[in-house]
Amino acid sequence: MSQASTHQHEGESHGSFASYIIGFVIAAILTVAAFAIVEMHLMSPGMTFGVISALAVVQIFVHLIYFLHMNSSSSQSWNNTAFAFAVICVLIIIGGTIFIIHDVSMNMMSR
Amino acid sequence: MLGKLTLSAIPLDVPILVGTFSGVVIVALAVLGAITYFGKWGYLWREWLTSVDHKRLGIMYIVLALVMLFRGFADAIMMRSQLALAYNGNPGYLPPHHYDQIFSAHGTIMIFFMAMAFMTGLLNVIVPLQIGARDVAFPFLNSLSFWMTTISAVLINVSLFIGEFAQCGWLVYPPLSEQQFSPGVGVDYYIWAVQLAGVGTLLTGVNFFVTIVKMRAPGMGWMQMPVFTWTAFVTVVLIMAVFPVLTVTLGELALDRYLGMHFFTNDGGGSVQLYLSLIWTWGHPEVYILVLPAFGVFSEITQTFSRKPLFGYRVMVYATLAIGVLSFIVWAHHFFTMGAGPNVNAFFGVATMIIAVPTGVKIFNWLFTMYKGRIQFNGMMYWVMGFMITFSIGGMTGVMLAMPAADFVLHNSLFLIAHFHNVIIGGVYFGYVAGLNFWWPKVLGFKMNEAWGKRAFWCWFVGFYLAFVPLYIAGFEGMTRRMNHYDNADWHVQMQIAALGAAVIAVGVVCQLMQIYVSIRDRNLPESRDFTGDPWNARTLEWSMSSPPPAYNFAILPDIHGIDTFHTEKQLGRRSYEARFSPRSTCRKTRLPVSLSVPSASYSALQRSGTSGGLQHSPLPACSRQSSCAASTMMWIIMSRSAKSNATRPIMSAH
Repeated sequence: MSQASTHQHEGESHGSFASYIIGFVIAAILTVAAFAIVEMHLMSPGMTFGVISALAVVQIFVHLIYFLHMNSSSSQSWNNTAFAFAVICVLIIIGGTIFIIHDVSMNMMSR
Repeated sequence: MLGKLTLSAIPLDVPILVGTFSGVVIVALAVLGAITYFGKWGYLWREWLTSVDHKRLGIMYIVLALVMLFRGFADAIMMRSQLALAYNGNPGYLPPHHYDQIFSAHGTIMIFFMAMAFMTGLLNVIVPLQIGARDVAFPFLNSLSFWMTTISAVLINVSLFIGEFAQCGWLVYPPLSEQQFSPGVGVDYYIWAVQLAGVGTLLTGVNFFVTIVKMRAPGMGWMQMPVFTWTAFVTVVLIMAVFPVLTVTLGELALDRYLGMHFFTNDGGGSVQLYLSLIWTWGHPEVYILVLPAFGVFSEITQTFSRKPLFGYRVMVYATLAIGVLSFIVWAHHFFTMGAGPNVNAFFGVATMIIAVPTGVKIFNWLFTMYKGRIQFNGMMYWVMGFMITFSIGGMTGVMLAMPAADFVLHNSLFLIAHFHNVIIGGVYFGYVAGLNFWWPKVLGFKMNEAWGKRAFWCWFVGFYLAFVPLYIAGFEGMTRRMNHYDNADWHVQMQIAALGAAVIAVGVVCQLMQIYVSIRDRNLPESRDFTGDPWNARTLEWSMSSPPPAYNFAILPDIHGIDTFHTEKQLGRRSYEARFSPRSTCRKTRLPVSLSVPSASYSALQRSGTSGGLQHSPLPACSRQSSCAASTMMWIIMSRSAKSNATRPIMSAH
């Protein structure tokens, strides 16, 4: 849908009206769903935590695809590389930190 | 207006500081007076301080690094002499309050303002030249980075004379660095200085990443990049990955101190362990950020002076990438003793040991490069060989420390101090000094003095072992770091030998000063002056241009066909002096060379206006003229190209 605009701006696409609307609707549904689950006590606390985390991750991808226009086209390869780099960094730093802190917490009986 | 700042913040009661302050004031007045006397303020302001030329910025970075080296080294001498004295009831001459500031400042300055500045300086000077670019991607940003680093270096030195510096080590661990235990301004100096320098470094990282990705000469694919540029690339990727972590961590510490938050406090749900984890998430890749460019320097020097192509170029690149990735998953080895279980410690211990594999691969690659080469044993090769021996020992003690069980004995002992000085002096510092010797003629147009360079090497090399082997032994004997005084007779012997070693290193530093002085004094001797632009018969692109290079670097963008294209072309006889220095330009669209057959009158008019031609090499004192002349040369090239556009069009369409 954005092939025409990539022609003018090298490596960038700006989406169309329809894609913004689709993105907005999906994002709105995900947000409302998350709030609804918490407010209406639909699930147990543990379950709620898991589900809203999952909704948040889906939300991130909706934003990336519909608002930041990431896709698998070749013009986006550097954006995708940077994104993959960021994801790996975040996974290593957050995952590693949780791994360490959790383990220390278990060992040091700080619960 | 001054808030809490009163005269009592100035430590007039500490004679050492008053003496230092007077010394600094006298030297500063002498320098400022000399600049005024010789009428160089305008020159300094226009050509250097406001310059966005990557070569100028690189030189200023290296000058900053050398000045900071002296500051940091003065701290080191004070620590070593204090520990040689403060034995068995003798308090030494440094009270704990002062001593604690000294070891904190020594680490902070040596890492952030000596090593990082030196590294950034070498990157600035060399990377654009090696990849055939006319400048970095964002020249103004480059200047901004430099001034952020410089201002934070000034800030940290101001803390000597106004207020105090942090007393909780070079990474200001909480809870000691929290408001509760460090109510003074020391930690605030640390936070502001390191935050500014850290953001500056991050901007440099982005800048050089874009430069290397986007501005390589036509034909230079990834696997045609010189090894130094490869190591620089991995370094800037690491910078982009981890410097934000440093900024956030110190930002949280600042919030704790200023706004009463509880990220890392003892109470209120704070986690000290979190600070350690975060700071070393930055801190461990940081040491690879420092050492990878040094590896690049060693690769360039080894292949040049062994007169052979680098052994295993691809392996070298993959080893660099592997180190880059692995350096990111080892940080917990800095706090094995903090209470994590065997899962965490085993994972990070094994990951740490694995790093020794790609590093060992590199060592063997350099050895095989030298094997059967026609080696020139000059000062630079001395540093390389000194590095290989010293760094290998440092790497092995590192693997020892990587074993969690051994680390429980050695953690925070002088064994650790000896280990990281072993790798940072033997790896990083030797590498940067070798790089300084190697690229000095490229940047300034004359070689460095060999005799003083070798003297400096021997003093550093011998002095290093004298100063740090006793620390290994004292570490085994149970001596911990950051000790102000002690009463163990076994340690005393070691501390005295170590102080002797520091004195020998001090002689090495003096030799390096002499080397710089003698080199500049003798710059016009025929054996020092570099007329060819390629004094070492080297392999990479930066040697294809005049020394010093013109402000715009490449009048004609080089065409790259493989690794070491410049060297190949020299061997084929395609690199005559004429071919390299005759004024030509490159068509921006086709990247094809465009001959500028303008009437000779206009070129000689240009030469008159700017004295010596920008495309010819100009001696150091003519640097001031050079850039103005270079600018006019560029103008002339651009103007004559547009005038000649009809003539160039057939070439463009033919392509």
